[in-house]
Amino acid sequence: MTGTRTAGQAAHKRSRLKGIHSRIPLYLMLAPFLILFLLFTVLPILSSVVLSFFTYDMINLPSFAGLDNYLRMFLTDSVFLIAVRNTILFAFVTGPAGFILSFVLAWIINEFNPHIRNLLSFLFFAPSLAGNVYFIWQIMFSSDSYGYVNSLLLSMGLISSPILWLKDTAYAMGIVILVQLWMSMGVSFLANIAGLQNVNTEMYEAGVIDGITNRWQEVWYITLPSMKNILLFGSVMQIQSSFSVGAVAVALTGMPSTNYCTHTIVTHLSDVGTTRFEMGYAAAISVFLFLLMAVSRILIGKLLDMTGR
Amino acid sequence: MKAHVKQTKRYTRSTGGNLFFFLLVTAMGLFTILPLIYCITTSFKPLEELMLFPPRLFTVRRPTLANYSALPSLLSSLSVPISRYVFNSVFVAAVTTLLHILVASMAAYVLAKTDLKGRRIIFWVVQFALLYNATTLAVPQYMVFTQTRMIDTYLVYILPYLPSTMGVFLMKQYMDDSVPAALLEAARIDGAGHFTIYLRIVMPLVKPAWLTLTLFAFRDMWSVQPTGTIFSEEMKTLPYVLSQVVSGGLARAGSAMAVTVLLMIPPVIVYLVSQSHVMETMGSAGIKD
Repeated sequence: MTGTRTAGQAAHKRSRLKGIHSRIPLYLMLAPFLILFLLFTVLPILSSVVLSFFTYDMINLPSFAGLDNYLRMFLTDSVFLIAVRNTILFAFVTGPAGFILSFVLAWIINEFNPHIRNLLSFLFFAPSLAGNVYFIWQIMFSSDSYGYVNSLLLSMGLISSPILWLKDTAYAMGIVILVQLWMSMGVSFLANIAGLQNVNTEMYEAGVIDGITNRWQEVWYITLPSMKNILLFGSVMQIQSSFSVGAVAVALTGMPSTNYCTHTIVTHLSDVGTTRFEMGYAAAISVFLFLLMAVSRILIGKLLDMTGR
Repeated sequence: MKAHVKQTKRYTRSTGGNLFFFLLVTAMGLFTILPLIYCITTSFKPLEELMLFPPRLFTVRRPTLANYSALPSLLSSLSVPISRYVFNSVFVAAVTTLLHILVASMAAYVLAKTDLKGRRIIFWVVQFALLYNATTLAVPQYMVFTQTRMIDTYLVYILPYLPSTMGVFLMKQYMDDSVPAALLEAARIDGAGHFTIYLRIVMPLVKPAWLTLTLFAFRDMWSVQPTGTIFSEEMKTLPYVLSQVVSGGLARAGSAMAVTVLLMIPPVIVYLVSQSHVMETMGSAGIKD
């Protein structure tokens, strides 16, 4: 009796030891990602939260500031409020527009035969493949009469003198939105094309039997619900890109833009953080941005639950 | 992997709708591609056609390679030889892409195919962190860069990109869909360790996923333009050279477009090579909330 029990216990102990041993490679394989992820994503986010309650210029030690940074954001920094307004405008225009456009184009492309489908996907993906080519638009909207848009409008007699497209507060925002949309057929567009091809075609046939008569009903009752996960991925990508509009705006309209007309939270962040080194305040702005994005993400998740009803 | 489904006649389609879609896709296609075509044609324009008024967008009367052949002498005026920028770009893009695939796929294997405690929480965090890209994290990351003395080294290009959540996310989702558990179980019974299973069984099966990661990582690193983290001329990459040529104005527009066209070629090649694999991978990219 005792012999078998000790043998059993020993076996159990061995297998537990073996369990730990067999886990070591797993920890080793996970470690590079986990360490770098903690260092470059989690730590920056957490330290922003802590630092947002301090004043810190990267030279002197941080000193506790309570809610000062947050109060400053909303009470005294008028440029920040402009940046928030612009960012939300970008997010509400380029976010949904880019999202809908990338789905609609993928949906249309899906109707073509595979060769044309591949060609069209390449065509629409090209701007985000080509990298920093948005400066082309700078030449298009150049402010002298050599600018293509100006010369076109001049020769058609629609305007009598060149317009300062990128410096005029009436146009700058619209142009940045246009260029942002031009580049918006990115990862989510590819995901949509792939997702559409994975929708079970029998569902469409069953839909016809169930009384679906046109493609609008089909997309609402069958396609969208069966692509919900892909759509959520696409919307996360859109939130990511539309809240981080900054580089394009700076490249086209300068830093700072006329009357801060295309100033965004991200450009304000780089001004406060990497130019003025007010890290405590920059941290508070970052926290605000992170929260804004997280809330959008949760709301969209809820919204997508409504498709197909 | 997917069975190719023959397109059958769809009774839900109307001619009016088809026409509307055709027009929409044409309009969007022109909006997308015309600036790029303009870029290519301009790179073949002689100087006198660039200065023409009113400017011509897409037609070149006398195409020339002058803009391309002028590049060597134009670029020789840079304070650092152009070969250094080329090396930096190729080095940074190649090393980052390789390491990113390695880091992401190893982590994805653990998260997708083992029963390690805490893997669900880690993946949930990864999935949520997809929201935050390099731009939104730039300023908080800047403090990490200065504390770890990474400023003005290759590390500041390479390290922050390696844990990019997109890589782990796409890898993990694709492994879920395409690596059968039974296969791994059989290998484990045969005595294979986790690392062997990862390298010999999983990686060959998820080739589409690592080709996809290659495309995204290469594209991102090829066009990377650091702000405030690289100061030395000899540490900068090709997009910086492009921005220098672009700032030369209209007289340099031909050369700027020539540089742009040359820089566009590598990512386009990577895309064309990986296209079908990318599509297959992206099919698994859904987020299960």
